[in-house]
Amino acid sequence: MMDRYSLPHKILLYFCVTVFLVFILLPFFEMFMASLRPLEHLFRSPYQFWSDDFSFIAYAQIWETVPLLPRYIANSMFISLSVTVLALLFIIPAAYAYARYDFKGKSISLGIFLAVNMFSGAVLLIPLYKLLRGYGLLNTYFAMIIPGAAFLIPMGIWLLKSYLEKIPRELEEAAFMDGASRLYTLRRVVLPLAVPGLIVVGVAVFLSAYAQQFLFAITFNSIKEYMPLPAGILEFIGYESIKWNQMMAASIIGILPVLIIFLFLQRYLVAGLTAGALKE
Amino acid sequence: MANASGGTLRYQGTDSGSVKHEQGLLKRLLRSEALFPWLLIAPAAFYLVLVVAWPLAETIRLSFTNANIGGEAYIGTANYEKLFGSRKFSQTISTTFYWMFLSVSLKVILGLIGATLLNAAIPGRGLFRMLVMPPWIVPVAIGCFGWLWLYNGHFGIISGTLQYIGILDGPFEFLAYKKSAFYAAVVTDVWVGVPMVTIFFLAAMQGVPRDLYEAAYMDGASRWYRFRRITIPQILPVIITMSILTVIWTFNSFEIIWILTEGGPRRATTTLIIDTYKMAIANFKFGQGAARTVIVVSLLSTFSLVYLFALHQIKKRFEAT
Repeated sequence: MMDRYSLPHKILLYFCVTVFLVFILLPFFEMFMASLRPLEHLFRSPYQFWSDDFSFIAYAQIWETVPLLPRYIANSMFISLSVTVLALLFIIPAAYAYARYDFKGKSISLGIFLAVNMFSGAVLLIPLYKLLRGYGLLNTYFAMIIPGAAFLIPMGIWLLKSYLEKIPRELEEAAFMDGASRLYTLRRVVLPLAVPGLIVVGVAVFLSAYAQQFLFAITFNSIKEYMPLPAGILEFIGYESIKWNQMMAASIIGILPVLIIFLFLQRYLVAGLTAGALKE
Repeated sequence: MANASGGTLRYQGTDSGSVKHEQGLLKRLLRSEALFPWLLIAPAAFYLVLVVAWPLAETIRLSFTNANIGGEAYIGTANYEKLFGSRKFSQTISTTFYWMFLSVSLKVILGLIGATLLNAAIPGRGLFRMLVMPPWIVPVAIGCFGWLWLYNGHFGIISGTLQYIGILDGPFEFLAYKKSAFYAAVVTDVWVGVPMVTIFFLAAMQGVPRDLYEAAYMDGASRWYRFRRITIPQILPVIITMSILTVIWTFNSFEIIWILTEGGPRRATTTLIIDTYKMAIANFKFGQGAARTVIVVSLLSTFSLVYLFALHQIKKRFEAT
């Protein structure tokens, strides 16, 4: 009863939803449309909404225009995966401590961890630049992996903590009764049970790592061969003109893996991300 | 691995105290109830001290030097004096706050509208909820490449549509003029930020007990009344939390402006973060950049204190009732 909408109401609702979604999806739609048009057609003025020769040829041309493109894609994946693995190594023990133990300074130290979320990488670029230069890590993969992981650890701890809290304690207590050590229990009892949570946290970290590469790449790395895809796409911007159709095709390729991962895991991701934050 | 526990020694998560075996420091640490959690936290803490806290302290030191690519020397508060004396800097500050004000209010308002729409019981809402999310998860840089194309004056769809309708009578380069570039950057920033705000508001709305609405409905309360008197107060904590977090993220926003305008035209989109980046990384004036960073960090700390205070107030009020 309460949820019934009259016809004008319904029309209004769908209209508003449509406007909202057009705003959200327009860039993706135009990206895709631009990638399908030949360059000469894109450069026709005034703007034409429809083209008569759509083709996927730009998706073939991008590999010739920017020969390093496969390398950039591989770099992107490699950097994101490394960040994820590195971050998880630090996240798992800390999240377990916060989920299971009461100790002095617990909420304060957790607060300090979360305060790191305040800073984006952009704030700390200067000292990080000097730090990385000091250790000779500028222009290496490490320059993009090390700062990348740091800013994702607090988020990961927070997400995994709220997941671990849902795992019943009795299993661990039983393991202790059988004489298992704490670390053994963490490895063999808690972690296997936490696999779904670990996947959600891992995917969230991976997606964030994939999303944040641009800044660290353009700041800490100047070697083409190490560039991740978002920075590599800038190569389509030439001196005289921009190969828009190819640039958009490469962008579509860059967002496709993220969208596919998201499509499969969206329910868990959204539940995981919002659950952690709404509990406060 | 089972051996690491010291054979068949039994304990139930507490210090048995009667351990008679000869044990290494690590093993004793592993057994200590008070220290074990700290041992688990230590790696993460150490990592963040190295990559975040230490650089932060280093920034403060650098801000009192004239550090550049060649070397550095202590110059006292000269960097700060230079900053506060410059008209450009006060312009940057006002740009930053105007940027934050516009972008944050749009994100929160659109987020509320979006969440309300997606919360309505209409067929297809599952799909709509999914379609809202892409800007949140896609790399910001790549999303901005798309906007770069949209804003193109001669060939982009926005200029094209406006010409078609008749609002514009010729091509218009949105990113070439001070005002339009600023608002264009705001729109893109809102586009990046709104999905997350929407989803969090939606999750909060779904947590509001249904009987509240039913009771109000029975009493003949209109939809608008129910929204104002039930939804808003019920999700107020989340609105406040998300608003302050959005302030922080909007303040930190770098990639969007950098890709769209690099702070131009004529500094129209130069926010504090962009100014810092230009000074430090593009011009290698680390000292002057660091002074700006210190100001950024103190502003961020202020926002966070407001955030903590608000959280505290919310907790007090909602635990009381």
